[in-house]
Formats: sequence, C-alpha cells, structure tokens
Amino acid sequence: MSAMVEIDRLSKAFGPIVAVDNISLTVKKGEVLGFLGPNGAGKTTTMRMLAGFLTPSSGTAKVCGHDVVEDPIAVKRVLGYMPEGAPAYDDMTVAAFLSFVAAVRGLEGADIQRRVHEISETVDLNGMLDRPIEYLSKGYKRRVGLAQTLLHDPPVLVLDEPTDGLDPNQKHQVRSLIKRMAAEKCIVISTHILEEVEAACTRAVIIGNGKLLADGTAEQLLARLPDHGAVTIECAAEHVDRVTASLGKVSTVGRVAQIDLGPGRNGVRAHPSSGQSIVEAVSSALRADNVPFAEVYRHRGSLDDVFRLITRGSDRAAA
Amino acid sequence: MRQITIIARRELTAYFTTPLAFVFIAIFVAMTGAFTFYIGRFFDRNQASLEAFFSFHPWLYLLLVPAVAMRLWSDERKSGTIEQLLTLPITTADAVLGKFFAAWAFCGIALALTFPMWITVNALGAPDNGVIVVSYLGSFLMAGAFLSIGICMSALTRNQIVAFISAAVVCFLFTMSGLDLVLNFFRAWAPSSLVDAIASFSFLSRFEAIGRGVIEARDIVFFVSLMAFWLFATVVAVDSKKSG
Repeated sequence: MSAMVEIDRLSKAFGPIVAVDNISLTVKKGEVLGFLGPNGAGKTTTMRMLAGFLTPSSGTAKVCGHDVVEDPIAVKRVLGYMPEGAPAYDDMTVAAFLSFVAAVRGLEGADIQRRVHEISETVDLNGMLDRPIEYLSKGYKRRVGLAQTLLHDPPVLVLDEPTDGLDPNQKHQVRSLIKRMAAEKCIVISTHILEEVEAACTRAVIIGNGKLLADGTAEQLLARLPDHGAVTIECAAEHVDRVTASLGKVSTVGRVAQIDLGPGRNGVRAHPSSGQSIVEAVSSALRADNVPFAEVYRHRGSLDDVFRLITRGSDRAAA
Repeated sequence: MRQITIIARRELTAYFTTPLAFVFIAIFVAMTGAFTFYIGRFFDRNQASLEAFFSFHPWLYLLLVPAVAMRLWSDERKSGTIEQLLTLPITTADAVLGKFFAAWAFCGIALALTFPMWITVNALGAPDNGVIVVSYLGSFLMAGAFLSIGICMSALTRNQIVAFISAAVVCFLFTMSGLDLVLNFFRAWAPSSLVDAIASFSFLSRFEAIGRGVIEARDIVFFVSLMAFWLFATVVAVDSKKSG
C-alpha cells in the first residue's frame, strides 16, 4: 500500500522556540496513526503544518502526493482536518455550518443537503441539525467537528484530539467510527490518552520536545519497557529460594530477582533471556519441582510507563 | 471567486443572526436623520438638496464602520475558528475578500435604508438627483475605505475592543488629514510636498468634492487603491498572526 502522508524532515520554530524538530514519518492507507506526546510536545504544530495552516520553517510534507508548501490548496482538498477543540461558528446551526463547509468543499445544490444528512447519520447528529452550535454539548460539538471533516469523503483524515473531554460512551463512539473508516482511509489522530492508542490505532509515534522519540505498534512500544515480558511469581517467604532455584533450570529465563510485592507478600521476578514469552515454561518448571506458589503472572506493562520512560528522555533504547 | 461568494454569504448571514445588525442599522438611519434635521438644519437651509445629510456621513462612519469590522478577524482568532476556516481549500485572500464584501454589503444595506431622506427631499422640492446618486456612491466608497482599515485592525488583535478603537483612531486620522488642525502640525517642520501628500489622503476633502456632484476618476482611484492597500495588509496580517 502506498504512503498517503509523507512527512519529510519537518521543522517549525517560533522565534527561538523550536516546536517541531526535524520529524520524518510516513503513514499508509489503512493505518491509524496515534500521535502521542506530552502537552507542548509539538503534536498540534505538526498537524497544523500538515493541514496547511502553518508554514513549515524547513522540511515539508506530502499528502496524497501534494506538497504542503508548494500546493497547500491541493492538500486541503484531499484532507479532512479537525482542529483542536473542534472550533465552529457558534451562532450558526449545525446544518448551516455543515452546508457552508460543504459548499466551500465544492459541493453544489441538492448534493449539499444530501451529503449533510448522510454525514449527520454517520456521526449520529440527527435531531441536532437545526440547533445553534453554541447550545450543543461538548460531545455533539465534537461530532460536528468530525462531520465537517467527512463531508467531501477525504482519503486522509487528521484529527487533533478527537476524544478530548468526551465521556466514556462518546469516546467509544468516536473510536468505533474511526475504526470503521480505517480500512478506506489514512488517519492521523493526536491524543494524550494512551488507552486510545490500543483502542483505535494501528501504530503510534511518540514525540517530545518536537522530536520523534518512538515509532511502532502498541506491542512494539511496550517491548521497550525493561519489565516487558517479565514473569512474577508470588509465593510464601520460605519458598523464595526454592522458586529461584527452580527458575534457574529454565533455559529461556534470564535474570531472576527477588522482589517486594508489598507488606507480607513476597515474590520473584524472572526476565526472559530474549523476547519470547516465558509464562508457560516457568509455571511448568515450578509444577515439576512441586514448589508451592500463590500466583504466576506476566508483567505486560502499560503504555503510560512507556510514555513516561520515553518522554522523560531516559529511553536508552531509542538512540 | 466562487469561494469568495460562499464566504461573503456566510458572513453576511452572520451579521443578521444577532440583533446587533438591526441595532446598527436602526442607529445609522436614526442618526443620519437626526443630524440632518437638527444639526444640519435641513429645513432652515430651504434648499432641496441632501448636502446636510451627506456631510455627516464621515463622522457617523468613524464610529459605526469600525463596529461593523471589529469582529471580522479578531473573533475568528479568539474562538479558534480561523483554523477551521483557513484549513478549508481557500486562500487567505479569498477569506479576506469574502469578509470584506460581506461587511461592505452590510454597510450598503444600511445606506440604502436611508432612502426615505431621498423621498422626503423630492417631495419637498426638486433636488438634483444626479448629485444625490453620486453622493450615495461616494458615501458607499468611503464606507468601503473605512471598512478596509477596520478589517486590517481586526486582523491584528484577538480583542474586538482593541480592534474597534485602533480602527476608529486610524480612520479619524484619514478623515482629518485635510484639516488645518492636522496640517498645521506638519506645516511647522515638514516640507510642503509631504504636507500636500498628507492632505491628499483626506477622506473629508475627497468626499466634499464628491458631495458637490463632481465625481472624478482620481477620487474613485483613490478610494479603490486605498481599499486594495489595506486589504493586502490584512492578508499579510492574517498570515503572519494566525499562529498566535
């Protein structure tokens, strides 16, 4: 599949502050790329450059082959962009606003009405069409912002924090909508909610201080954690030594260490010698040696840990 | 051109979705009438002309046109809709012109609603209707020039009040630059060519000439090129300020 978004050494400086620093990446059709980073990392600035709102200081980006610097209008045509907070003209009704965007997007006459109704069906805005936008709840407002990006059925969607400030049901709706559209489009979303990456994205990049720090699937990012794939065996204090001895016999187990699991709870943590899963091997070794244990579980780690690890600048693996 | 029309239509509708538009039009029509009859002494003049009526237009525009223009860009920046607007497939110039034409059309509507004055003066006497048509045209052109200043000031700030006041001040300078009040300040030290140049920027002297029924090509060129200049400055201001 071809790359629909190609970001090439993109940088943006505001005076002395470098907001985006030499970022390169490509996104293909069918991918949902999650853009992660702490506040102020440069997510929004990158997206604004992609959408043709800001001009890059250096480097460029191509959307469906159109260059954002040389031909921003062509880029804007193939892009559906939702700015942060989904700003819309508050005094207009939903229908009037969507019709305005549809008209600017090149739709004409009866097509506008038809398309506005189709899209409000898709994002579940029915019954709200005649309401002024200022009276809508946050969730509906966000849906108006989303609807606006879909009117011209663009091949590429760039959504800046599409679920920010929504309740769990609304978040779920937006994510399922994104997943429904994913196969046909190339979607870039920014977020600082990490569960979103696992819920909706096929791939994630983490940026911090304007730099690209990590790029991969959720699973690949988790693998960066030092504890990733480690197995914890919880057992009584007197059995710790037997557990450790037993683990020593398993060939796939690397480092083994005694850990403190809290008051009155003892455990041993075994790290795999390489990337493979060791849960099976560990539990069968323990059973073979008849070592009593309370629990064996695999430490998966959370994206939150990855995020902290990477954005604190302590990610040695990223070099 | 299509994009400009769509934007202009949206902006014009936006004026009328709030009562502000009607308040504005009511004030404009009432004030022109009041000034003409009370301060302009329309009846005492005993002339069938609208000279008194038109002579107050620059002063009314000074306050009212910046009010029409103030929200055009500052509101977009404050509410963030500028990002929505400028990521649609339009150029900044399309957006600036669309907004300008909408505001100008709005002023045109307000101006057109003063037609009872025209009827009155025709009922009372036999005015030179040619002069009146030319004066309306001149007034409309002057409103456009004031507007182009107002829209540029609006692009420079997120605050509508700041936009209003700075537009009123710049418009005031342009209106007054032909009067001795301003010119004497420059005569003291500036070369006469500069003084003449400043005087030539005066809306007032241009508008007075038009009010006598003499519309010259150079007056039209003056107003149109002034609008072009300020609108160009607006495009530059919007482009350079949109990240802020």
